Amino acid sequence: MASFRPSDHIDSEPAPAELPKLGAVGFARFLWRQLTSMRTALVLLLLLALAAVPGSLVPQRSSDPNGVLQYQARDPEGFRILDSLGIFSTFSSPWFSAIYLLLFISLIGCVIPRSKHHFDALRARPPKTPARLSRLVGYTSVENPVDAETAVVTARKVLKGQGYRVERYGDSVSAERGYLRETGNLVFHTALIGVLAGVAIGGGFGYNGQRLLIEGEPFANVLADYDSFYPGPWVDSDTALEPFGLRLDAFDSAYEFDQNAGTWHPTDFEATMGVRERGGEWRAESLKVNSPLEVGGTQVYLLANGYAPVVTVRDPDGEVVFQQAVPFLATDGNLTSGGVIKVPDGLSDQVGMRGFFYPDAIALDSGALTSFSPNITENAVLTLLVYRGDLGLADGSGANVYSLDTENMEEIAGREDALALRIGDTVDLPDGMGTISLDGVANYVGLDIHHDPAQAWVLGFALTAVGGLLTSLFIPRRRMWIKVLPDGRIEYAGLARGEDPGLAAAVADLARAHTDALRAPRTTNIG
Amino acid sequence: MTTETLAAWSLVGVYSAAAVYLGAFVLFLLDLAKRSSTAPAPAQAEVAATAGTTAVLIEAPPAPPTASTRPGRNARIGFALTALGWAVHVLAIVLRGVAAERVPWANMFEFALTGTGIIVGVFLFANLWKDLRFLGTFVTGLAVLLLVLATRNLYVDVIPLPPALDSAWLVIHVLVAILGTGFFALGAGLSITQLLQQRREAGRLARVSFLTRVPGSTTLETLAYRVNVIGFVLWTFTLMFGAIWAERAWGRYWGWDTKEVWTFVIWVVFAGYIHARATRGWRGTPSAVLAIIGFAAVLFNFTVVNVFFTGLHAYSGL
Repeated sequence: MASFRPSDHIDSEPAPAELPKLGAVGFARFLWRQLTSMRTALVLLLLLALAAVPGSLVPQRSSDPNGVLQYQARDPEGFRILDSLGIFSTFSSPWFSAIYLLLFISLIGCVIPRSKHHFDALRARPPKTPARLSRLVGYTSVENPVDAETAVVTARKVLKGQGYRVERYGDSVSAERGYLRETGNLVFHTALIGVLAGVAIGGGFGYNGQRLLIEGEPFANVLADYDSFYPGPWVDSDTALEPFGLRLDAFDSAYEFDQNAGTWHPTDFEATMGVRERGGEWRAESLKVNSPLEVGGTQVYLLANGYAPVVTVRDPDGEVVFQQAVPFLATDGNLTSGGVIKVPDGLSDQVGMRGFFYPDAIALDSGALTSFSPNITENAVLTLLVYRGDLGLADGSGANVYSLDTENMEEIAGREDALALRIGDTVDLPDGMGTISLDGVANYVGLDIHHDPAQAWVLGFALTAVGGLLTSLFIPRRRMWIKVLPDGRIEYAGLARGEDPGLAAAVADLARAHTDALRAPRTTNIG
Repeated sequence: MTTETLAAWSLVGVYSAAAVYLGAFVLFLLDLAKRSSTAPAPAQAEVAATAGTTAVLIEAPPAPPTASTRPGRNARIGFALTALGWAVHVLAIVLRGVAAERVPWANMFEFALTGTGIIVGVFLFANLWKDLRFLGTFVTGLAVLLLVLATRNLYVDVIPLPPALDSAWLVIHVLVAILGTGFFALGAGLSITQLLQQRREAGRLARVSFLTRVPGSTTLETLAYRVNVIGFVLWTFTLMFGAIWAERAWGRYWGWDTKEVWTFVIWVVFAGYIHARATRGWRGTPSAVLAIIGFAAVLFNFTVVNVFFTGLHAYSGL
């Protein structure tokens, strides 16, 4: 029975112990049979589960690159060992890949012969009635109240009515149903291959990139306009990016004050984006946290937001040497934000400033400032520590716009005499270097821009897999036999193929339905 | 009533439910003790217990109710108390939802509150299908433990939904995950009983005689399988709905976030369980152990991963 299954499937007859024949072909066959056996598939599944665990224990380069750097700083020796094992990129490591690739090869090796066999089975007749039904499930034997021919014909009718495919063998009827169970099983496994292929294609031809966009600033979907960009290995950055432009027109946030905890909870973020596709006009679209913006086949996500103080620096003659909205990164829930202002040219020396921005500043007892709420109020304050010297732009050490390397700089305004500006204020820079003004505060959003050409395919295959799974788990595949004996008895029995806990009850129901049909007063001669 | 009052009443409900469950737990324990003390009769007939080679593993036909298999007074009162506790529990969940003006599963406390309710609910309704009252101790014990731990360690006041959770998928994805957890819990209870029963049938554990009053290990295995398969389907939906939501909220459908890793691990373990049930030599103990490991991973995923692992599923509210 069921020879198409792996030999160690519980529905298969135990295979005779077979030693590999000598020779390459025999050995390859042996290996292939091992690989496609249920036991191997099972062990590979369990290995896959086990192999995924380290990926949750240590930070991963793919999902938490900063965590990886912190780990390295904290434990360089351990990092070296774990990194040589690929633990920091578990899910693209050779050993993880080896497991799931072997699993899928095993799966393909299992699905192909089964599909072929199932295709044949779909067109085959139900098998011959076994000689002795008494060994099978739900065996029932009753007195035949009518003649043999009527009993057999009625048996056919009843079984057909219950959705069985039937075949008469002499005075017995053999029936089988639930072919969909195997179909579902094959569809499920095949669709999993589709999911894997979709993931691979999406990863290869997709890309994602990040951009911090300040109000009013235009963004074009070209490589140069990204802050960071992660293309798949087969992405051609010149042609893969769909041509469109984005602009942040307005940003609204809503917070609710929690009386008990004394904290503000965000309830809504909404960015009003200007979007322009090739040849089109700017149009306004709403972008929210759980509702990305679709532009062609590219999605734009709202992942962060914050404040960018707009500052103007003038030299002692009043000439503007720097005028820009500088994005500050939030350091707490009330959007107290930190940032760096770098003025490389125009003043007597290079100037760097480390700033804190408090949207709703209040002074603590210690004199330190904090922000009472995340909303911009008239109390908004920007404080600045000022350094002069070498920003390190020439050797690249000062390239990061969010950090200031003060090694080659001299502090000219420290914690004691930090500059403090409210919106609209202008104050002198130390050493008579000029002035700085806080003209206003702009919003910015952190955008994630994704393109995955295979995403819809992955979803389609996943849905197909679920359909197959439901079918394969909940449709029983069973064989039933009704045998009319010459001694005036009728026998009923069934055989499960796969899990079928309801079989015994189904045989009992069948026997009842059949005998009821035999005893029912007949108005027409069904013989 | 204000949010605070409703939340306070909800909490009263939680404590009351836990107290009633505790009473039920004691009665179920007494019932097990009583099952032990009455004369041990053979467990229900195991049809196919020897069916290792023919693939025909079916559950025993329902045995005629006899004096020895009918649950005693304690089990019946324990079951009634569980139902009463559950009614109070559901009320507490509803009050919490009304207080928060949203679904009551947006942080760890609420997830534990609703999740425990679903576990007990699955147990209660499963009893309409099969008499599983011998699991009463396991289920009510688990419920009391989880409710006490949740209120003592995870309690947070009602706070508005952060924008990241403000989505219809919160309703669907999390509800399906909780339902799956409920079925896995019941499945684990059955698998644990199955393992004990197997030991007893093999001649060990002869002194744990309450097992003579629960179904045989093959029946337990079949029951566990049916319950776990439903859990597996729900978990499949959890994973898929989670992926769809992740695509909407985080811009990728799968990113190996710690929670995603564990959801995947659990899915694979139960996939392994289903395969083990179809592999010669892996039925019985190995597959039962897999089911128990799977449920342990579910609990681990909810507790340790939420609290101690960093990841995007930072919704504990702690």
